[in-house]
Amino acid sequence: MKPAAFVYHAPRTLEAALALLAEVAPQDGRILAGGQSLVPAMAFRLARPTHLVDINGVAGLDRLVLDGGVLSVGALVRHAAFHKADAKFGALGALLADVVHNIAHYPIRTRGTMCGSLAHADPASEWCLTAVTLGAEMVAHSAKGARRIAAADYFQGIMQTALEPDELLAEVRLPLLPEGAKHGFYEFNRRAGDFAIGMALVTYQVKGGKIAEARVGIGGIEGAPRRIAEAEAALNGQAPGKAAFEAAGQATAAVVDPIEDAQTPAAYRRDLAATVVTRALERAAI
Amino acid sequence: MSDTVAITLNINGEDHRVSVEARRTLADTIREDCGKTGTHIGCEHGVCGSCTVIIDGEPMRSCLMFAVQADGRKIRTVEGLAKGDELHPLQRAFIDNHGLQCGFCTPGFLMLATAVLEKEPDIADGDLLDALSSNLCRCTGYQNIIKAVRQAAIEMRGPRK
Repeated sequence: MKPAAFVYHAPRTLEAALALLAEVAPQDGRILAGGQSLVPAMAFRLARPTHLVDINGVAGLDRLVLDGGVLSVGALVRHAAFHKADAKFGALGALLADVVHNIAHYPIRTRGTMCGSLAHADPASEWCLTAVTLGAEMVAHSAKGARRIAAADYFQGIMQTALEPDELLAEVRLPLLPEGAKHGFYEFNRRAGDFAIGMALVTYQVKGGKIAEARVGIGGIEGAPRRIAEAEAALNGQAPGKAAFEAAGQATAAVVDPIEDAQTPAAYRRDLAATVVTRALERAAI
Repeated sequence: MSDTVAITLNINGEDHRVSVEARRTLADTIREDCGKTGTHIGCEHGVCGSCTVIIDGEPMRSCLMFAVQADGRKIRTVEGLAKGDELHPLQRAFIDNHGLQCGFCTPGFLMLATAVLEKEPDIADGDLLDALSSNLCRCTGYQNIIKAVRQAAIEMRGPRK
């Protein structure tokens, strides 16, 4: 349970970090931010990077700011920064504060980062689900320049993203939710703080007594989180309530392509998809 | 043998100058290089919480940090809780409430609870339970740990002004 040897780099500026990453990426050099997923993987020797570029000392990456209608989250913003986000950032802040308490445990949240979770792209990651559901934008930097990647194009499979090996996810941009927007999150796992077996995040507005602008995202069910258009179609224009919520759950179960593991067959996750979507919608309605 | 890096760890106010490989975890360094064996190592991958220490005021898993990352930072371990022969309120509360049996997880729970109560003296009970769910204990069934921390929280807040 000891990580393999690596060469440690601790740059102080983004430019230096990107130059180092460009140099070491071809030898499986990696970025080290919070390390709450990478370091356990190294302890198991599932990951054996030859170089680590530690960005914890890089100035400016800890910015958490409102930028127009967008919440900009820098690469060093820890999960714990969202513990009390309901007091800030309006309806989006309330959503983030709800979701963050499901991420591992308190001492993991004081160290792990939102951007790190997005770069790691575990199918059970709450932030990956959040980014997809809200339509976030990833800002990737490399020595060659910066580019923006839409969440829908970013997640490509189990721990696979659109990031190139020499790119650093420097920022994620989360669009604010309109005031009055409702949100609901529901996660199922067997132990508090464990990886999600299945989860759903939903947002919608109520206009004239009917659901509008519904967003339904699922995580942990498939190899990567995604929005379920069929579930959203089952909600929009309907009155919020049991019938619409269950229809959305069933619509989700009908279209998912569930992953399997030793404990959980695909059929179980398909059933679970319906349950987590319906329960997330029920929570949103409270 | 790969190269070593010279670092200074400030543990409970005392500087330890050590030379470590980059891959050496903070937990191993605290125990093996600095001799502070009160910090325990259970799972070595961030699940059990036995190795929890306080770094610059935040509770963290010392098995999920490399020692080189803690260079110059203020680390607190269980050895720093008591003042001489006088136990910390949390340590006394764990004894009073039978919050330990074998004691292996206790240093991790004490440092977790210390950090949480220092940051949020008036923490809501739900948030306290959320925080205490971070660590594993195989003896107590947790109820006595929760009782102990609730008792210590009242004492640490002191008399209401």
